[in-house]
Amino acid sequence: MPTDMNARELLRWSWRQLTSMRTALVLLLLLALAAIPGSVVPQEDVDALAVSRWKNAHPDLTPVYERLGLFSVYDSVWFSAIYILLMISLVGCILPRSAVYWRALRARPPRAPRNLSRLPEHASYTTGEGADDVLAAAARELQRRRYRVEVREGAVSAEKGYLREAGNLLFHLSVLVVLVGFAMGGLFGFKAGVIVTVGNGFSNNPTQYDEFVPGSMFAADDMDGFSVDVEDFDITWLTEGPAKGQARSFVSHLDWATADGDSGTYDLRVNHPLAIGDTEVFLIGHGYAPVVTIEDGNGDVAYSGPTIFLPTDATFESFGVIKAPDARPDQVALEGTFYPTFALGDGFPRSVFGDAVNPLMSLFVYRGDLGLDDGGSQSVYVLDKSQATQVMQDDGQPLRLDMRPGDSVELPDGLGTVTFEGIQRWNKLQISETPGKLVALAGVVLALLGLLGSLFIRPRRVWVRAREEDGATAVDLAALDRSSGGDPERGAAELAAIMDTLRAGSGDAGTSKENS
Amino acid sequence: MTDASWETLSNQAVAAAGVVYFLALMAHLVQWASLRKLPAEEVVTEGRTAMAGRLGVLLTGVAVLVHGLALVARGMAADPNRVPWGNMYEFTLSGTFVVALLYLLLLRRFDLEWMGPLVVALVLALMMLAVIWLYDPVAPLTEALYSPWLVIHVVSAVIATGAFTLGGICSVLYLLKERSTKDRGYLARVPGLTSLDRTSYRMHAFAFPVWTFAVLITGPIWAHQAWSSYWNWDPKEVWAFITWVVYAAYLHARATVGWKGRNAAYVALVGLATLWFNFIGINFFSTTSQHSYAAPASVEQRSSYDAGQVPLPVPPGPPASPSA
Ligand code: HEM
Repeated sequence: MPTDMNARELLRWSWRQLTSMRTALVLLLLLALAAIPGSVVPQEDVDALAVSRWKNAHPDLTPVYERLGLFSVYDSVWFSAIYILLMISLVGCILPRSAVYWRALRARPPRAPRNLSRLPEHASYTTGEGADDVLAAAARELQRRRYRVEVREGAVSAEKGYLREAGNLLFHLSVLVVLVGFAMGGLFGFKAGVIVTVGNGFSNNPTQYDEFVPGSMFAADDMDGFSVDVEDFDITWLTEGPAKGQARSFVSHLDWATADGDSGTYDLRVNHPLAIGDTEVFLIGHGYAPVVTIEDGNGDVAYSGPTIFLPTDATFESFGVIKAPDARPDQVALEGTFYPTFALGDGFPRSVFGDAVNPLMSLFVYRGDLGLDDGGSQSVYVLDKSQATQVMQDDGQPLRLDMRPGDSVELPDGLGTVTFEGIQRWNKLQISETPGKLVALAGVVLALLGLLGSLFIRPRRVWVRAREEDGATAVDLAALDRSSGGDPERGAAELAAIMDTLRAGSGDAGTSKENS
Repeated sequence: MTDASWETLSNQAVAAAGVVYFLALMAHLVQWASLRKLPAEEVVTEGRTAMAGRLGVLLTGVAVLVHGLALVARGMAADPNRVPWGNMYEFTLSGTFVVALLYLLLLRRFDLEWMGPLVVALVLALMMLAVIWLYDPVAPLTEALYSPWLVIHVVSAVIATGAFTLGGICSVLYLLKERSTKDRGYLARVPGLTSLDRTSYRMHAFAFPVWTFAVLITGPIWAHQAWSSYWNWDPKEVWAFITWVVYAAYLHARATVGWKGRNAAYVALVGLATLWFNFIGINFFSTTSQHSYAAPASVEQRSSYDAGQVPLPVPPGPPASPSA
């Protein structure tokens, strides 16, 4: 860095450095490098569960990683710093280039260099034809080849491929458009998830969702007003072949209605989201909800209905908790596993298939304070056992209820009766609004178009000079390929073709000397 | 034909293609072994040596046909019939097919005869790797994979991968040749540095827009349909992005004075490394990728909301887009 600069010069110098091609290159490589940790360390936005597991496993590293923003790399200060610098550099690079391009667009092709034979593509010949005729013919030929042509001072200057730079500028500007579209989604959109048992529904409202992640500038008032009911759910399973046990297809039959009175039905499948207004609904999961009734010691129904069990593996072995805080004399809770196709494998109970072929539910029983009375919130999937006691059998083993649909079991100590009424299914739906997605898409498509122009349009300049000497005319041709790919063979072929046309036109074999 | 016999046919065709590639490699080795004895300037257009070279190309052509047959049969073996890229085995078969095919298609236009032994050896090695370590029996795709975007996305990603790989071969040779002072042998005979640099650039210039299309257009469109979010920073996506950025850097490098040639070649090879790491490595290093290569009914946590809950099995094993 030069040392004797005043503040203003320093500023200009820094700006020039920032907007230089070399800086762009370094920033690009830095961006690539900076993106790596996000693929190694679990990311909050991608898999929050993995993040909490990781944090539990590495208590020492966690604070360090947290400070470095390694759990959300793509929102971190340092990642943002790199791409913001890159964008500034890009604007600083593109604006001046656009101005130059604007002038170049209207400029005339540049004058012929004094010594054409110095150029990499060069050819010459002599002819009896007059210099003016040669130049006129050359101008015609080059125009035919879509060159912009200018005749002056005994030479033809021609140029083509102006669109290459336009493509380059378009590409770089489009990168900014993509970024704007991407940011719009992050700021103004939302993502929500809800688990619905088949036969039930929800409306598009944050209070109805199990999870709701709004963008930082999201306005809940602007949410599309609609409701969706899951009427029915169909699933077919593969029962043979290497993918046996896998679901072949499933579809959720929805009824939907908007606040404006529109309504309809929709078969929701993977890859086929339902779009209502700007909001889209996706089917992302499914599982079982055993229907259980708990009658308490007083003979009152303390709990009755489907309870969502969450699958723990591909066989849909599912885990869940059923709580009856209203049961008297004691509160009652059940915790355990639902096996859609129960079998004993190696002496252990397990599910061998995802479909409910041989359903069985195996539950442990708890009594006492379930921790729900103080009004604090508690996950419906977790049982607070701190003040509850497990119900035991006479032999001291934990009491386990193994039930099939239709079974009813009386609990000991007058706690009541548990009845396994049947099985319902649930669907997990994701609801999201992603504004700016079309902006981003348009941005990449434009970028691609620009890129094609930038990479494949070959800007070329051709000059033809004719000088009359000693009764003959010496013709010099030269060309300059300004594309980064260069293609000497094609360039040479073009120059040779131009020369052939000129000579054929003059009907004169003359003497020639070619080199390229 | 039954699905089972299609599958058998596919396996046999893979084996046959392997044998023919091997013979092609032998032919090229014979050719280059005798070329070693001659000064590099001497061009050989007839006699046994030239014959061996032509035979190598011819055998490569035959192998590519059989290789293509193996892919078609693989698709026919599935019920319902489908495109042959449901898992890493199939993707490797497709990728190597494209590398070999592109080489043959570009052979004349770019004077790639010298590349024959390298391409054939690479394809053969990758095929063997696929057969030994990656083989999976034919299985139907999970439902999420039945999307036209799968076809478009993967085809473009595979084509780009093939072209990047050919470009990478040129860059490796550039770096080797730059250091070599020998006046005979293989390195002396491959095209000059300028020409290698240019051929490499052309491969990359072709592959880069295709990759852009695959990774930044069709990938997000499909991801949006299947996963509700067009860009998730999933490890596979992160690495596809890294690859893209590195190749953008390569194109810049070539336009930057002082970076053309050697440094550009290094950047290109970094790009190639990220590309192949993304294809193979990520599947072993990352457990969170949604690009599961259609592991049957894989159990994965996909939404960010279920912290503290038990992971949900995703409905259909998510779109295992094998590429980016
Ligand atoms: C997100 C950031 C960027 C990306 C992805 C990107 C990508 C590209 C690509 C793919 C090309 C190749 C087109 C060609 O060879 O003609 C290119 C060319 C170019 N880029 Fe960028 N670029 C970025 C940022 C920048 C910045 C910050 C600058 C200015 C400092 C810049 C200046 C240029 C110039 C001048 C060319 C044309 C090179 C030539 O004349 O061949 N780019 N860019």
